[in-house]
Amino acid sequence: MSEHLPVLQVVIPLLCAPLALLVRREAAVRTLAFAAAAASFAISVALLVSVLADGPISYPLGGWYPPLGIEYRVDTLSAFVLCVVSGVAAVLLPLGPGRGGHGLPSGRLHWFYAALLLAQAGLLGVTITGDLFNVFVFLEISSLASYVLVGLGSDRRALRAAFTYLVMGTIGGTFVLIGIGFAYQMTGTLNLDDLAQRLPEVRHKSTMLAAFAFLSVGVSLKLAVFPLHQWLPNAYAYAPPVVSAFLAATATKVAYYLLARLVFTVFGVAYVFGELGLGWLLFPLSLAAIFAGALAAIRQTDVKKLLAYSSVSQIGYLTLGLSFASLSGLTGGLVHLFNHALTKGGLFLAVACVVARSGSSRLDDWRGIGRRMPWTMAAFVAGGLGLIGVPGTAGFVSKWYLVQAALEAGRAELALGILASSLLAVVYVWRVVETAYFRDPGGPETRAEAPLSLLGPTWVLIGASLYFGVFTEWSAGVASKAAAMLLGVGP
Amino acid sequence: MSADAAVLLALVLPAVGALGLSLVGRWPNLRETVTLLAGLATFGTVAGLVPEVAGGARPGFRATEVLPGLELEFELEPLGLLYALVASGLWIPTSVYSIGYMRGHGESNQTRFFACFALSISAALGVAFAANLFTLFLFYELLTFSTYPLVTHRGTPEALAGGRVYLGVLLTTSVGLLLLALVWTAQLAGTLSFTQGGILAGHADPLTGGLLLGLFAFGIGKAALMPFHRWLPAAMVAPAPVSALLHAVAVVKAGVFSLLKVILYVFGLDFLREGQISLWLMYAASATILIASLVALRQDNLKRRLAYSTVAQLAYIVLGGALATAGGVLGGGMHIATHALGKITLFFCAGAIDVALHKTRVSELDGVGRRMPFTLAAFALASFSIIGLPPFGGAWSKWYLLLGAAEGHQLVFLGVLTLSSLLSAGYLLPVVGRAFFAAPSEPGGGLREAPALCVAPLGFTALGCLALFFLAPALYALLEPLVRN
Repeated sequence: MSEHLPVLQVVIPLLCAPLALLVRREAAVRTLAFAAAAASFAISVALLVSVLADGPISYPLGGWYPPLGIEYRVDTLSAFVLCVVSGVAAVLLPLGPGRGGHGLPSGRLHWFYAALLLAQAGLLGVTITGDLFNVFVFLEISSLASYVLVGLGSDRRALRAAFTYLVMGTIGGTFVLIGIGFAYQMTGTLNLDDLAQRLPEVRHKSTMLAAFAFLSVGVSLKLAVFPLHQWLPNAYAYAPPVVSAFLAATATKVAYYLLARLVFTVFGVAYVFGELGLGWLLFPLSLAAIFAGALAAIRQTDVKKLLAYSSVSQIGYLTLGLSFASLSGLTGGLVHLFNHALTKGGLFLAVACVVARSGSSRLDDWRGIGRRMPWTMAAFVAGGLGLIGVPGTAGFVSKWYLVQAALEAGRAELALGILASSLLAVVYVWRVVETAYFRDPGGPETRAEAPLSLLGPTWVLIGASLYFGVFTEWSAGVASKAAAMLLGVGP
Repeated sequence: MSADAAVLLALVLPAVGALGLSLVGRWPNLRETVTLLAGLATFGTVAGLVPEVAGGARPGFRATEVLPGLELEFELEPLGLLYALVASGLWIPTSVYSIGYMRGHGESNQTRFFACFALSISAALGVAFAANLFTLFLFYELLTFSTYPLVTHRGTPEALAGGRVYLGVLLTTSVGLLLLALVWTAQLAGTLSFTQGGILAGHADPLTGGLLLGLFAFGIGKAALMPFHRWLPAAMVAPAPVSALLHAVAVVKAGVFSLLKVILYVFGLDFLREGQISLWLMYAASATILIASLVALRQDNLKRRLAYSTVAQLAYIVLGGALATAGGVLGGGMHIATHALGKITLFFCAGAIDVALHKTRVSELDGVGRRMPFTLAAFALASFSIIGLPPFGGAWSKWYLLLGAAEGHQLVFLGVLTLSSLLSAGYLLPVVGRAFFAAPSEPGGGLREAPALCVAPLGFTALGCLALFFLAPALYALLEPLVRN
């Protein structure tokens, strides 16, 4: 049984999705979704523990061994990302779309759950598979489900946002597919490890260069690397808040994983950073993302959009960490993947709490909300401090590694840039805090806290982001092992 | 109870107090009782540690290792003990004063006020007990965030604007400069632990050392070294008790205390002296002393005048540290205590005058001494201490600072210190003079003191200024191990 864990990881949510459509009854679907998410989280943790103890696991799908068959491959990095995705899903899935935050007529909720489970299965599949074409398949499964989820937003603009997301996402997916085609043509294999071994012979051919270009641009579209981030703010802003939390915490993170996998495992540091000089492109783009995202966030009048632009900025930290191609830089990027998933997921959930009570995520409607919803806003403040990177929060751990990487690389200006951008985060977080606590609502102030079913998960994520600000064995510890593995300097 | 446990207890007591008083927020009398009990218990715990530390022990504990090389660790050494004593000791009179002030003023949101107050004491004690730069930084930031709601307490547009400056300056400096200094130090020295004699010697050349010292000196924005002093006057929009405890004692002293710790335990006095690393800082501190004193002379708003006086007085301590001599460090350390008592009294008085007569400007104070004799007498005593006249505590810290300047053959700074004493007389004594000797601007009005709960604490702290003069030997004995070779 336990040797089949890698495939169960993906199959459970994948099969539960159509099952949800058959079951239809809301309470039963909710239980089913939660059971699926909890099971897949348990499997992820078991896989991570096993990988840390005994090394990578290779699972031949259907007994067909690679390079012919599809291989599922679990190593420290993929197990780490599996835990993030399935962990966040386990917290979020039982919630449903949240009251008032979705455009579904009652009795149709099973569609929502089916889409969410499919998205989760797709993301887990991308992470676990060792086969390039399989990556594409799962990427599209998760993307198609995400378009549906975004389109469920109660606002009509959600449809436009979903359509933009669909167009951009499909371009990205197509690019990935073209890249895969080229790579297959040149090497005759789709297995990632096999590909990595055969690449050195052919990597100077222009076809291979094109393959790398298509793959990296396609994945960057999904990751929303500046300036390919145009789809993200509206998609996050108009999707139901719980969906925003899910996408922010998982979808871009898996795209980041994929980029790191392609760059470090398949194409190799020497080729990507040495010969192609990706660093020269990625450094300025990352910095531009960090600053443009934060500056845009400062100007927003809607809290969800503010958080969405903040995500653009935080994705800049992720890619910045990657572009150092050093141990501390990559550790910083990977641990930020983990930390930001918790923090931003928690923040979007806090917005979901407010939306559930007051129906609005407009900043103007948040005046005095700190007194009406003290627990929700306390969570928002704690999450906001995490975005800023205050010591004691998870955000600090990521920043510490990134600044260290910048100084190690002798790039003091990047260190200053990282720190300066934290100050921009202070500005956008504080606009919300000031409004919520110190602006007069001009109405009665009755305590109306969000239901525990929403508040609980919010605090689970925010609490975790605080916990991992102090106890980092399972965040930074694992991330640094994964980074060492990617760079080939450790097990 | 072991000393290590006492350190933990002192750290969590105010936080527990904050929690407790939030729970009973509906009953003001009970809430205030909880505040006072927490204050007494905290001070008692800290005071109980004095014999241990004076005997050479360094109680503390290690909570956890956050990242390799980044430990959450606490260790109590003499300077930290002094700062902890000052912060927790003055919390008690401030609590009494707050009760009188907040009720006299009819302020809203009092529970939030008292809870944040208690939390910031916890943060201040964390700064005092920190065994390494990381722990210090963590509590330093916690102190910023827990005091922000106190600064913006009134929620008016001015309060919010003041709060923005407060948070803006303190975070810009700490995140932009101090954190950078931390990472850089960790890379150079391989550790962030406070170590007697410093950790940088042998790992950094004098130029790097000078740059790092600059990052620390300006990065610790709470020390209010110009040009990063703007937050201090901006924070004066806060209610008087906040200005008194936080912006005369806990917050600003957290700044200079942190800087002294960095000078003593990260750079080490020998490294600073031999490389002539801190010469520029002596001039920067002197410039702050003189400019801030001159600005204070021109302020009509009493609290703003006191705020600029604080900026100048803090720079004394920075100067003492930068001199990197035994006298300088001792004088700076003592000044943490003596200035705290003096300045808290002055702020209490300013608040009392506001509560009783609704006067906030120096120009309105003509003849006020006849209506509020106790308050203004306390103001006079505290002023003498700040100026550095015997028999008040301030005389000793000035004496050691002068000694430190002479010891380092930095005679220019003898002049600076003397001149600034005259300037401080220039901005403080006119207040006393107007109050007692000028004819009242408005006729009539008999004795009209502030509520007893306001007057008693300020009388107590004013007498404390006097007592410190006679307690100086004890202070010296406590701090002397810092500079012993």
